[in-house]
Amino acid sequence: MTVHTTSPQFKKNAAQALGDAQLQKALGNVKQGFIDKRVKAAEKLPEFEALRDSARDIKDHTLRHLDLYLETYEDKVKASGGHVHFARNAEEARSIILGICREAGARTVTKGKSMISEEIGINHHLEAHGIVPVETDLGEYIIQLRNELPSHIIAPAVHLNATQVEQDFRRVHTHLDAKRDLSEPVQLLTEARAVLRERFLAADVGITGANFLVAETGTSVIVTNEGNGDLTQILPKTHIVLASIEKLVPTLEDVSQILRVLARSATGQELSVYTTFSTGPRRPGDADGPENYHVVILDNGRSSMLGTSFEEMLRCIRCGACMNHCPVYHAVGGHAYGWVYPGPMGAVLTPTLIGVDKAGHLPNASTFCGRCESVCPVRIPLPKLMRHWREREFERHLSPATVRSGIKTWGFFAKRPALYRLATRAAMGALGLAGRGKGRFAWLPLAKGWTKYRDFPAPQGETFQARWRRERKGRAA
Amino acid sequence: MSAPASASGERRMKPRIGLFVTCLVDLMRPSVGFAAVKLLEDAGCTVDVPVQTCCGQPAYNSGDRGTTRDLAEQVIEAFRGYDYVVAPSGSCAGMIKTHYPELFADDPNWLPRANALAARTWELTSFLVDVLGVTKVDSAFEGTVTYHDSCSGLRELGVRAQPRRLLASMEGVTLVELNESDVCCGFGGTFAVKYSDISGAIVDAKTKHVSETGASTLLAGDLGCLMNMAGKLSREGKPVEVRHVAEVLAGMTDDPPIAAAKDPRRP
Repeated sequence: MTVHTTSPQFKKNAAQALGDAQLQKALGNVKQGFIDKRVKAAEKLPEFEALRDSARDIKDHTLRHLDLYLETYEDKVKASGGHVHFARNAEEARSIILGICREAGARTVTKGKSMISEEIGINHHLEAHGIVPVETDLGEYIIQLRNELPSHIIAPAVHLNATQVEQDFRRVHTHLDAKRDLSEPVQLLTEARAVLRERFLAADVGITGANFLVAETGTSVIVTNEGNGDLTQILPKTHIVLASIEKLVPTLEDVSQILRVLARSATGQELSVYTTFSTGPRRPGDADGPENYHVVILDNGRSSMLGTSFEEMLRCIRCGACMNHCPVYHAVGGHAYGWVYPGPMGAVLTPTLIGVDKAGHLPNASTFCGRCESVCPVRIPLPKLMRHWREREFERHLSPATVRSGIKTWGFFAKRPALYRLATRAAMGALGLAGRGKGRFAWLPLAKGWTKYRDFPAPQGETFQARWRRERKGRAA
Repeated sequence: MSAPASASGERRMKPRIGLFVTCLVDLMRPSVGFAAVKLLEDAGCTVDVPVQTCCGQPAYNSGDRGTTRDLAEQVIEAFRGYDYVVAPSGSCAGMIKTHYPELFADDPNWLPRANALAARTWELTSFLVDVLGVTKVDSAFEGTVTYHDSCSGLRELGVRAQPRRLLASMEGVTLVELNESDVCCGFGGTFAVKYSDISGAIVDAKTKHVSETGASTLLAGDLGCLMNMAGKLSREGKPVEVRHVAEVLAGMTDDPPIAAAKDPRRP
């Protein structure tokens, strides 16, 4: 792990995000942009729910036999003339990629959108060794100019507005006329396209991620909406696919099944604009394609999730539906989570990758409303997995002392019904009396977090159990 | 209240209900418990209230599995022998119905008992409609109401149509749908205190939607969410009355709404 994390200060990040008016406005677009589209796409496909089951089953099957499929995949890639490199961790992945780039004599590298490349921090590593990485997905390009992490796994610059992007373009594209008109989003798009076209043609190496690695054929699959991935992997002499172990699926038929839920869950599209299959380097007679084809398969702690209660997280196909539907993500945005993966999927995955001691807030910062699980195309029980992290934190005494003692005190009384009835009777009697006038408290000791934003309703006074036994005493029950 | 007669026309034994009143209703708002009792008794049930404390959900969601198990075992013991266990809460009913079996998944002694209890446990409005077949309540209430779907009831137990159906059967009640009624209110148990800034922002969005409906009363089926939303509306000085849906369905609205002062016009 080298990508800097601010996950330990999640609360501070969240408070800042809540006070950022521009960000709050941008986050409104997440709410507006994705939810209705997903619903409409799902409604138009009667077998959508059955396809979710099927996608889940395909991933579960693959994970149970992952060793077999990894080996098969490796053999197939080799047979098609490509190379497979296994990286245990981020550092190994970085040095493998740097090695390939050096061998290719690379000065510039174009990149398709890849969360794994964010996870291993490849851009900074290449820069540090004199190689210029250029993000070619528009959102990724923008955040690269700003030296930021993506704030969303499929919409990396969703936290920004057009004015901010215009400022970044003026700051960086200094070779262009300073008086040019960039007031319309389409003008920003046109400018980025023109700048990037030069980069595509100049690049020595192209790095893409993969949505799927297909064992039966040794194929890597990417889905994009901009076509940038295709130019990244076809134009340079060397193509590097960077993917993590859980991207494996057995067959092309499996890919076509999962594709039917992927874009619908992500953006509400039936399919992304481009779905590209790559199998090995250019063959004699091929019109285009790279001369060298490398696949770097990253573990980075994922294999330790196999066979544990966290294995289900490895089904994730990175559609972003969980964060699109998360009230906490809507409130604070992706950067507050403090590392590469935000939202509910990040709250489960990040503690595995950077340690629960650093990312402990993430699985706690959830109301367990369950909306993420209800839309997950591969039915990952995200609240359950967040709860598993809370259990680990509790076992390791990482949860806050106030929470621990609060729960233990509550538990002490709740396990002793007679004492509980006595204590709650007295407490509610007193609290009810104190709150009788207004029916609420604007301030209460030990509940400052609550009363900072809302009143605390006063109890009615007598407990239900006390009144029940008083009123129903002697009556047949 | 009208429930269909049994098919054979025979006089059947009254179903015996163990009311899981929930700790929040027990402590904060017993009138909800009595409303639940009235609804169940009107529908032809016998209601009993065994000695009880808490379902264990706060401990469960805080990662304290040991305390959760102790409390779950206590609930399983206390509610043996009832035909049904009914709670005026989708959250607590969901804990028993969905999470107890998960909690005891590896325990061959307790799992069958947890499963048996889960199978007999229902959220109140869902029990009335789905199990007893209640289609109409005769209580009186005048006003425009809106309804918030609490998360656990909605997503774990499928409670959505049932409370609306019962409300629609009441004369005088006009239901205006709440925009994003299926989105969390930001309560989340201890979340509301641990991450109060975020919780405050989420409930802020919720009460804005409530105001947009123009409804004079906000209803829901879970007291935790209701206390959160009522506390926020009260802090904002908004005149929306907040009540548990059972109070309205049972026609028991003499007590002041949640977080409201006693109405001086009422004795």
